[in-house]
Parts: sequence; structure tokens; C-alpha cells
Amino acid sequence: MTTALMQELNAKALELGVPFSAHLDVTYRCNERCVHCYLDHDDHGEMTLSELKNLLNQLAEAGVFFLTLSGGEVLMRMDFFDILGYARELRFNVKIKTNAFMIREKEADLIRELGVQSVQISIYSHRPEIHDGITKLPGSLRRSVAAIRLLKSRGVNVTMANVLMRQNLHDYAGVRALAKELCVEVTTDPTITPKMDGDRGVLGLGIRDSQLSEIFHDSQFVGNVEEFCARPAALDDGALDGVPCSAGHTYCYISPYGDVYPCVQFPLACGNVRKEKFLDIWRHSKRINEARSIRARDLPTCSTCAHLGSCTRCPGLAFMEGNMRGPSSLDCEKSFARTGIASANMIARMAPRTAIHGSADHPSTFSSLVQITSARS
Amino acid sequence: MKNCYIARSPMVAARQLGSEMVIMSATDSTLFSLNEVASLIWKSADGATPLREIVNDKVCAEFDVDPEIAFADAERLVGELAERGLLLLTNEPAGPSPVEAERGL
Repeated sequence: MTTALMQELNAKALELGVPFSAHLDVTYRCNERCVHCYLDHDDHGEMTLSELKNLLNQLAEAGVFFLTLSGGEVLMRMDFFDILGYARELRFNVKIKTNAFMIREKEADLIRELGVQSVQISIYSHRPEIHDGITKLPGSLRRSVAAIRLLKSRGVNVTMANVLMRQNLHDYAGVRALAKELCVEVTTDPTITPKMDGDRGVLGLGIRDSQLSEIFHDSQFVGNVEEFCARPAALDDGALDGVPCSAGHTYCYISPYGDVYPCVQFPLACGNVRKEKFLDIWRHSKRINEARSIRARDLPTCSTCAHLGSCTRCPGLAFMEGNMRGPSSLDCEKSFARTGIASANMIARMAPRTAIHGSADHPSTFSSLVQITSARS
Repeated sequence: MKNCYIARSPMVAARQLGSEMVIMSATDSTLFSLNEVASLIWKSADGATPLREIVNDKVCAEFDVDPEIAFADAERLVGELAERGLLLLTNEPAGPSPVEAERGL
């Protein structure tokens, strides 16, 4: 019933042009140095507490209900609980993304008392040598798991976020077992994204295509394999004319410096709340309206693709490849890994080349944009 | 509920979406949507105004409804919301939070 109501509310927000969800990074600073991270951790002039309060007022007035506070590491800000407290006073439904290294008794108490909806904590492996090897912070797995226990003991909803890459590919079963032991949900995501400055070097950390196919055919990972890996369905007008995702429609991202983007994974700067009102950017930015205008029917390559009806094509990843109306190769790889059927983009690229897929010696830089939830608490 | 005062629970998230109020409890993650009349009562739940006054001054002023019927419906509604932990019911008035008072939330 909640899911049906959620769909109804999202449809209403879309119809009204309301940004129902927003992701706000309060800092890019971090105490971990994860090998795959796409951020620049230096502080180039974060918004002050006063600026953030002003922004939160504007977001509340604009209709934002779901607010994700993230970073960087949110607790690198000494005033984080002032930000959180103010957000809760404004009745946002708050989700915090953190590595939880700095959550002790006092912080766990505050998170509970302030009525945070959920806390998402990054866990890369159940093995300290792997997890800490990725975060580059000794003792980080131990501290993060201790924080999960503290939060759970206070009744806070906790989700583990398990990003898969080469270093931890074989540990997802162990992470799931750990999640089960801690009575928390876990999401597994094999997506590695380019750095914000456009550097695609980190994509080399992503898992290989054959491995992606392997996990997509693992019922422990995807549930119903037959359904998940089914051949693409026939196209209909709904798929061709519908809104491809919530980016810029009912969702937006705001950086610690006040830049507004359609999505955290769509680095198209649409305006800055230090210079303009949030609602003016949301309603009138040419760039956000350009992103909003995207429909599958208008996509030069993807509109001819067999996968169009079931593809999770991300316009932000396509934008990072050079064209927001172009293909997102990461999603092409995912469709191929699921079904074994090449996408229109892959076929077009194969023509002048000998191969697109990776091999053991030359792994693909493509990963996938899929997120699977399991192990409900 | 003769002298009933109603206040929004601090554990709840809420936002107006069009004519309805969207509410979610941090305790059990259940999502609710209140219609226009219920939204009006929710917005008036400042902990300081008696329910009878909210019904007479807000609900009956805005909707063409018999005050006694409206009050009975309002009592049922606040009872249900209190059972779910979304509203706090008291016999004594209490003030809203400073931010809520300033912004009329």
C-alpha cells in the first residue's frame, strides 16, 4: 500500500513540477580515501550553516519531502547536527549517508532523537583487510560495524551500501551474511562512476563484464534470475514518451558549494543558490529544462535499441560520456550482461572495432548501473 | 476530549503536496496522505489551540460543514493519528517549536 501511495505521490509531484526529493552534500571532505571515490575532498568554500539553513527553508517551500544528507563524510562538519536538527524542524524526511566511523553513543542518540528516517552506511567487505584496504583507513570496518550496532540498538533504520569492484567482488555474500547478523538491509551496486573532473581512470576498478554477467545470474544477488535476465520486452509508446528517470523532474542534487544539478550522477550545473533562488533555478534554468525534455523517442541511438523498454539508461552517465541524449555505455553493458543481447550502441561501436567487451587482459572500463536490495530486516 | 490539544509528533516528517499533506513516521516508516480537511487540522496542530477551536475557526470557516459533525469527525481523526504516533494529545496547551512557530509549519 505504501508503494502504491508512493507511486501516486511521485506522479502528483511530477504533474505539479515539485522537487519531491533532494540530495544535499554538506561537504566533500572525508576521513576515508576510498579508492573508487569520484570526489575532490578539498574544501573549496562550503556553504556556511547560515547559508544551509536558508537553503533548507527554500527547499521546504519548494515542496521537498525526502532529503538525503550526504558527502564526503557528513560528520566532518562540526555543525552537522545543527544542520540535521534544522532540517528535522522543517519536517524533512531525512536519510543520512555516512561511513559511520565517527558515530559513537552520543551521535547515535542524537540521530535517534532527531527522528532520522534511515542511515545508509558504506560497507565494502566483511573482511577488515579488504574493507580497510578500499577505504585506506585502518580500523574503519570495525568502527562502522560498531556504529551499526549502536544505531540498531536505538531502533534506527540502517542500510548497508555495498559497492562492488574488483577488490571486493567475491565478498558480497559475506557482506550479506553480516547484514543478516546485524538485522539490516543491504544494497549491492556494481557502479563505479567517473570522477567529477571527468577523469575516467577509476572506471578501471570496476568489475569485468564476464563477472557482471555471473553475478546477474546469481539468484542470491538478483532474486528471480529468469525475470531479471529476461529478453527485452517489445516497445510501447509509454517507454518511448515517458519520463526516463526522476532527475530534474521530481529530484535534484545540490553540492556543498550551492551548485544545483538534475541528479548526483548528472554533473550539469544548472545554477547556484548563492546567486539565485532555488525555485528560480528549478523552474527556469535552461539547462535543467533541457535535461527535463529528454524522451526515449528522441534518442538517436537508443530509440532503435532492443533494450529500450527495459534499459535503465542514465542520462547523467550519458552526459558524462559526452551527450545527454547519447547512450550510457555502462547501462548497455548491464543490459548485455543480463541478456547476452548487444545494445544498438554496442553494435554501432563494434562495426569499426574488433571488440567492445573486456577480456582478462583488457578488462572493460564499463560497469553497470544496477542496484539490488535484499535481506530486509 | 473536551479540552483536547493536539501537537505534531517530533518523530514525523511532513510536507504539503498540492492539496494533501504527506506524512511519514520515522518510527515505522509508514507513509500517510491526508486530505484537504485533515491537512488543515494537521497544520493547526500547534499544541496550543484546542481542537474545538481548530474545528470552529479553521474547518468550519473553510468548509460548509455542521460544527458538531465536524468536531466528531475531527475527534476520530486525531484519535487515529495519535494511535499511530503521528499526533500527541494533551489536556494542557504546549507551544510549537521555535522554527515551526516562525514558519507556520
